[in-house]
Amino acid sequence: MLSSARRWRPVAALVSLVTVIPLSVILAALASPDGAVWAHLQHYLLPELLRNTFWLVLGVGSGVLLIGVPLAWLAALYEFPGRRFFNWALMLPLAMPAYVMAFSQLGLFDFTGPLQSWLRATTGDSSWVPSIRSTGGVVLVMTLAFYPYVYLLARNAFASMGRRALEVGQSFGLSRAQGFWHVALPMARPWIIGGMTLALMETLADFGTVAIFNYDTFTSAIYKAWFSLFSLSSAKQLASLLVLMVFVLVWLEQRARGRRAYTQTGRAAPLPRLRLAGWQRWSATLWAGLVLLLAFVLPFGQLLWWAWQVGAEDFNADLFGYALRSVLLSLMAAAAVALVALALAYAQRRDPHAATRFLARLATLGYAVPGTVLAVGVFVPVAWLDNLLIGWLDGALGSGVTSILKGTLLVMLLAYVSRFLAVGHSAIDTAMGRITRSQEEAARNLGYSGWRLLRHVHLPLLKGGLFTAVLMVFVDVMKEMPITLMTRPYDWDTLAVRVFSFTTEGQWEHAALPAVAIVLAGLLPVIVLSRQKDHA
Amino acid sequence: MKKQLMFAAVLAAFAGSAMAEEIVVYSARAEQLVKPLIDAYKKETGVDVKLVSDKEGPLMERMRAEGSNSPADILLTVDAGNLWQASKMGLFKPIKSKVLDANVPAHLRDPKNEWFGLSIRARTIFYNTQKVKPAQLSSYEDLADPKWKGKLCLRTSKKVYNQSLVAMMLSEQGPAKTEKIVRGWVDNLATDVFPDDTKMLEAIGAGQCDVGIANTYYYGRLMEKSPNLPIGIFWANQKGKGTHVNVSGAGVAKYARNEQGAVKFIEWLSSDKAQNLFADVNMEFPVNPKVKPDPKVAAWGNFKHNLINVSNAGAKQAEAVMLMDRVGYK
Repeated sequence: MLSSARRWRPVAALVSLVTVIPLSVILAALASPDGAVWAHLQHYLLPELLRNTFWLVLGVGSGVLLIGVPLAWLAALYEFPGRRFFNWALMLPLAMPAYVMAFSQLGLFDFTGPLQSWLRATTGDSSWVPSIRSTGGVVLVMTLAFYPYVYLLARNAFASMGRRALEVGQSFGLSRAQGFWHVALPMARPWIIGGMTLALMETLADFGTVAIFNYDTFTSAIYKAWFSLFSLSSAKQLASLLVLMVFVLVWLEQRARGRRAYTQTGRAAPLPRLRLAGWQRWSATLWAGLVLLLAFVLPFGQLLWWAWQVGAEDFNADLFGYALRSVLLSLMAAAAVALVALALAYAQRRDPHAATRFLARLATLGYAVPGTVLAVGVFVPVAWLDNLLIGWLDGALGSGVTSILKGTLLVMLLAYVSRFLAVGHSAIDTAMGRITRSQEEAARNLGYSGWRLLRHVHLPLLKGGLFTAVLMVFVDVMKEMPITLMTRPYDWDTLAVRVFSFTTEGQWEHAALPAVAIVLAGLLPVIVLSRQKDHA
Repeated sequence: MKKQLMFAAVLAAFAGSAMAEEIVVYSARAEQLVKPLIDAYKKETGVDVKLVSDKEGPLMERMRAEGSNSPADILLTVDAGNLWQASKMGLFKPIKSKVLDANVPAHLRDPKNEWFGLSIRARTIFYNTQKVKPAQLSSYEDLADPKWKGKLCLRTSKKVYNQSLVAMMLSEQGPAKTEKIVRGWVDNLATDVFPDDTKMLEAIGAGQCDVGIANTYYYGRLMEKSPNLPIGIFWANQKGKGTHVNVSGAGVAKYARNEQGAVKFIEWLSSDKAQNLFADVNMEFPVNPKVKPDPKVAAWGNFKHNLINVSNAGAKQAEAVMLMDRVGYK
């Protein structure tokens, strides 16, 4: 028994290599610190960026909970006007690159934006409006961009066990509110914390959004050290501090999940939703509507307006080519990430040793590393391997050969796995947590083992989690930029690459059209997923 | 050897190789600004130019990692600071070309002939025409004067354009004087610094501030879109050494497979035929003195360029960044 469990540890180790290798490349130069630059960073930048990062993590962490959890609870259990629409629409902000959303919100609410311009035109003064280019502003924008992670995972949890939790609560004489606080919320904690961790990892790794707000975090300092001060070693030192912080974060997540087994007792038929009465009905609609308005409708409206302005000159057949590549690439990457995440979660299941858990933690760290840094971390070993291979083949391929692995789909997919494994793993691992030991035991007694056990027992029960994983990774890869730029073949553009090449020149109007296409392509799976959930 | 050959046969199916007659360009200049040139070159010569675009930092790291197996023939990027850095990383090889020497003025290319400016980008002063008279303006240094308190807008110091501007001041005026000027700017700020030049110009237009510093092509683009904005252009330091200019430029990669082709392409980019295409697409100025700028650009008037070699921007870049950190220019 033990030996069969042990066999799974190398699987976890192998998977973790996908992230450990690029991370080691990033952290390798720690031994040779650059004294002068480091002293400068420490004195002038570190205090502020630690303070900024603290407020950002605290603000976005509590923000995504405050927005995501109540919405998930409403959408999962209650009936209110527009519920079916909000159920999926509230996931939409995920489909928009966060920095694009940030830029359009800045455009709307800053001094030169329509709101303040209108105020000045009518009242002559807009100076009382709090500046969006502030800590509060960046926290708000990132909260609106990342709450869907919490919403999505928590809603799945509530939908599958929230009613039962309330019934249990009622049988103990608890009111609905008490049932939420004392039964449903603790039961859903792993999902909620999992969603929050994803939001925070993305917050820590973000460069685009904080750059638009000029809000200095670790990421901005890493970029400054690397690309402005040209001190690779200082950049790596900062990156290792960041990775350390993320490690603490995931460790806290692990602790918050605790040792409890969260299981589902049977699959009851979906119970009728609770109807909200009177003012509660409409305030639920109002709340969901307000979040959707700020997080999606307004920024997306701004994008549409820009796209409309330049549509005539930019819209051509090429756009379909970019879209097709984006979709194909994202689908393949989503499938690859889901597969690897499944292997990892299953390995943890079979071999629930601390070592396996640690390897899984390592493997999912890539999501918290700034994209460009990870892209370089992936590229360097691949280029090294290419150089080795080309040297070994020594001209057997002809002297013009410059790449063997570089620019291949395999490398692209591996790079996406190292970036997005956390996203897929979070969804699959929590789903795995709902499969009981006794279910496994029963299947074993019926003679299922190994691959057949996975296929006939786990996979059917994991369907929801797998689907969520595929959706989230798909949407994430659609938006991904630095890794795509670094690993794609020549002249091979995707929608996200188009967005990049316009935003880098500040041509937001032209970037809007491909950005709209990203959202539209992301919309499809979101709708499909919500249908699936409704019928499940 | 047999093993290698077999392996080679398997790999040949998907191994990437650089054909002798094609040119591979690694470009940090936005793709939509480079594509038209590549198409024109292909039409004229039949030569295929392949493009890899990314940000300059990752591109340089990429070339470094690829080493002698890099497929890149040319590195094309914006800002002399970046070009200088690429040269320092050993990514270029020096080129001898009479054509380039004739077409690119000496202060707009690398003294070691590793890279050549291909378009000029001027960074100068802009002002709100309803609040400021041009007579009140003079130089970058003057914007540090307390008379501009609460009236100045700047873009973030994280953008290389500002780093180069301050680096040039460092090499001309020394650290003490430069620090005093930049500190004065920070004291005069009307609001937090902006993420890009366009946003900053819009703020001037909306009256959030009176003056600011930006690259001219952002102004050109903005005014084309909203011609009624009350923003004027002022050529800075005309009584001194001239307005700060920078370049976008290119050099031949150290391990270029097609060196000859690469040189020819860069020469072509500096020629009368291509210069307008290169510069006009982004409302920049041609480097080639024989070529006239786009009429829209020429309408801003003639101005005296600062003739200090643009490579100074690179040598002093890190120092400039640290200086700006010290005085709190974010």
